Amino acid sequence: MSARVSPEIDGAVKAQFPLLGRSVHGRPIVYLDSAASSQKPMAVLDAMDDYYRTVNANVHRGAYEIAAAATEQMEQARADVARFISAPSADEIVFTKNATEAMNLVARSWGGSNLGPADAIVLTEMEHHANIVPWHILAAERGFEIRWIPITHDGCLDLTDLDRLLDGAKLLSVTAMSNVLGTLNPIPRLAAAAHDAGALLSVDASQYVPHLPTDVGELGADFMVFTGHKMCGPTGVGVLWARMELLDAIPPFLGGGEMILDVTKEGFRPNTVPHKFEAGTPPIAEIVGLGAAVRYLEGLGMDAVRAHEVSLTGYALRTLTDRHGDDITVHGPSEPAQRGGVLSFVYRDVHPHDISQVLDQSGVCVRAGHHCAKPLMRCLGVTATTRASLYVYNDTSDIDSLADALDEVGALFGH
Amino acid sequence: MAGLEDLYREIILDHYRNPRNRGELECPPAQRSEGFNPLCGDEVVLTFEMDGEVVTDLRVGGYGCSISQASASMMSAAVIGKTIDEIRDLTRSFKAMMSIHEESIGGDGSEALDGAADGAGANDGALRLGDLEALRGVVKFPVRIKCATLGWNALATGLDETAEGE
Repeated sequence: MSARVSPEIDGAVKAQFPLLGRSVHGRPIVYLDSAASSQKPMAVLDAMDDYYRTVNANVHRGAYEIAAAATEQMEQARADVARFISAPSADEIVFTKNATEAMNLVARSWGGSNLGPADAIVLTEMEHHANIVPWHILAAERGFEIRWIPITHDGCLDLTDLDRLLDGAKLLSVTAMSNVLGTLNPIPRLAAAAHDAGALLSVDASQYVPHLPTDVGELGADFMVFTGHKMCGPTGVGVLWARMELLDAIPPFLGGGEMILDVTKEGFRPNTVPHKFEAGTPPIAEIVGLGAAVRYLEGLGMDAVRAHEVSLTGYALRTLTDRHGDDITVHGPSEPAQRGGVLSFVYRDVHPHDISQVLDQSGVCVRAGHHCAKPLMRCLGVTATTRASLYVYNDTSDIDSLADALDEVGALFGH
Repeated sequence: MAGLEDLYREIILDHYRNPRNRGELECPPAQRSEGFNPLCGDEVVLTFEMDGEVVTDLRVGGYGCSISQASASMMSAAVIGKTIDEIRDLTRSFKAMMSIHEESIGGDGSEALDGAADGAGANDGALRLGDLEALRGVVKFPVRIKCATLGWNALATGLDETAEGE
C-alpha cells in the first residue's frame, strides 16, 4: 500500500516516470539511487525527442528557421535554469558536461589565475571527489595549501576552528548537501564567514538544487555547480553559475569554436560570458531536456518537493529503526529537517556489496561503495556504505520494500 | 535468470563465515602482497612463506565482501603445499573460469554460449579446481568477478616478485 506523505506530491508523480513502471527480476522496480542519478519524467523525454524530431540543428550563427529554433530552445533553457536558482541573469548560467567539469572550470580558470604558493583554500572532509581532485591537481602544479574542515561524530561540519581555517584563505569550496550523509550544510553562514575572511565561496550543489528551493543570492555563493541528471534531466549537461564579475574576470576554460570573438594567427579574443566558457557544439538536446526538467520541477513546486522528501526521510528513518533496530546504523543527522533524503547505512557486519546484491533480487536499487568520498569514508571508519537515496517519485511503499528486502539480507548472512 | 543461490553457494558462505588461514605471517621471513579494488575499497593482504619452489604457508588479511573474502579463503586452502608452477596453473584455470562472461562481452556472445553448451573446458577445470568450482556462479554477476579474483591477482603479483627476486 502506498500512502501519501504530503498533500502536494501524490502517487501520480511516480506514474509520470516511465522507467518506474518496469520490473527487475520479476519484481516491480524500487528505485532508491537518485543521489547517483534520477529517473526522467515523460516531460523531459518528450522534450528531447521532440527536439531531435522537429528542431535539430546546430545553435548560433545559423540563419535558417530550425537553427534559429534550436538556438531559441537552448537559450530558453538557460533562462529557465537561471530562474530556477534565482540567478540575477541568464548570462551567468554556463552549461558544462556535468558538475565535475563545472568544478574543474572553477579550479582551472579561477584557481589557475588566483592561487599560488603562498595561498590556501579550504575544503571539508565530506566533499565528493569532484570537489577534491581538481584542487589536488591544481595544487600539485601551483603549490597552494589545502585545509580541511573536519566533521563531527553525527556527520555535520565541525565549525569550531572555522575562522582560523579561513584566515588568509582565498576560497572555501563546500558541498551544500553531502552525497553520503545527506547533511545540509549552513551555506549562508559559511558564505558570511568566508567573505569576512576575504575568501570566495564555491558551492557544490549537485545534491541540493534537485531537492530544495534554491536562491543563489540567499545562499551567498560566488560559484555554484550542479548537474542535470540528478534533477530529472538527462546526463551530459551540468551547470556553473557564478557572479558575472567573476565570469568576466577569469580566463576561458576550454578553447575552440563558439568561445571566441576573433581568431588570428597571433591569438584570439574570447567571446562574451557565458559563451566564453562553452567551447564547441554544446549538448543541445540535453540542455533542452534540462530546461524541461526545470519546468517540470517548478510545476510540482520545489517547496512541495522538499516537504515530500522531509516527510519521506522521517518515515524511512522510523521504519528502518522500527524494523531492524540495532541491526542497522544510519549515518548522518537524525533530524529529517537537517538533512536530505540520502540514507547511508551499515547493516550488521554485512558488506555493502552483498547487501546491494541481495536487495537487487527484490528489485530494490541502492548503491554500495565509497560514493566518491573516500576521505569521508576514512573519517567514518568504514571502507564503504550502502546508500538508499530518495526523490520526489518515491513513496512509503518503496521504504517498506527496502525494509522487507533487508530481512532477506539478514536471513542469508545472519550468524 | 541468475538467482542468488548461484552466487551465494553454501560452501562460499561457509568460507565467508569461517575463513581459513586468516591472519598475517611475520615479514620477513614471510613475503607480503596486497590487492585493492578501487571500485569498492576492498583490500586483501597476503603473507606467505616459501621453501624453495613450494608455498609452505599462507595467511589472508584485509577486508571485503563475502565473495572476495571467500575466494581468498578457498584460494589459501588450495595453494598451500603447492609449487609456484602448480599455483600458476591453478590461477590460470580459475581465471579462465571467471572470464567466461568477460569474453562474451567482447564478442558476439556465441563463443560463451558454445562454451557453456559443450562443457568440455568446464569439466577439465572442475577436476583441478575442486571446491573453487563453487565460485563459477560469480560469472553470472559480472560486477562481482573483480571481487572473486582480488586475492588471486594479489597472489600472482606476490609470486612474480618472488620469482624476480631469485
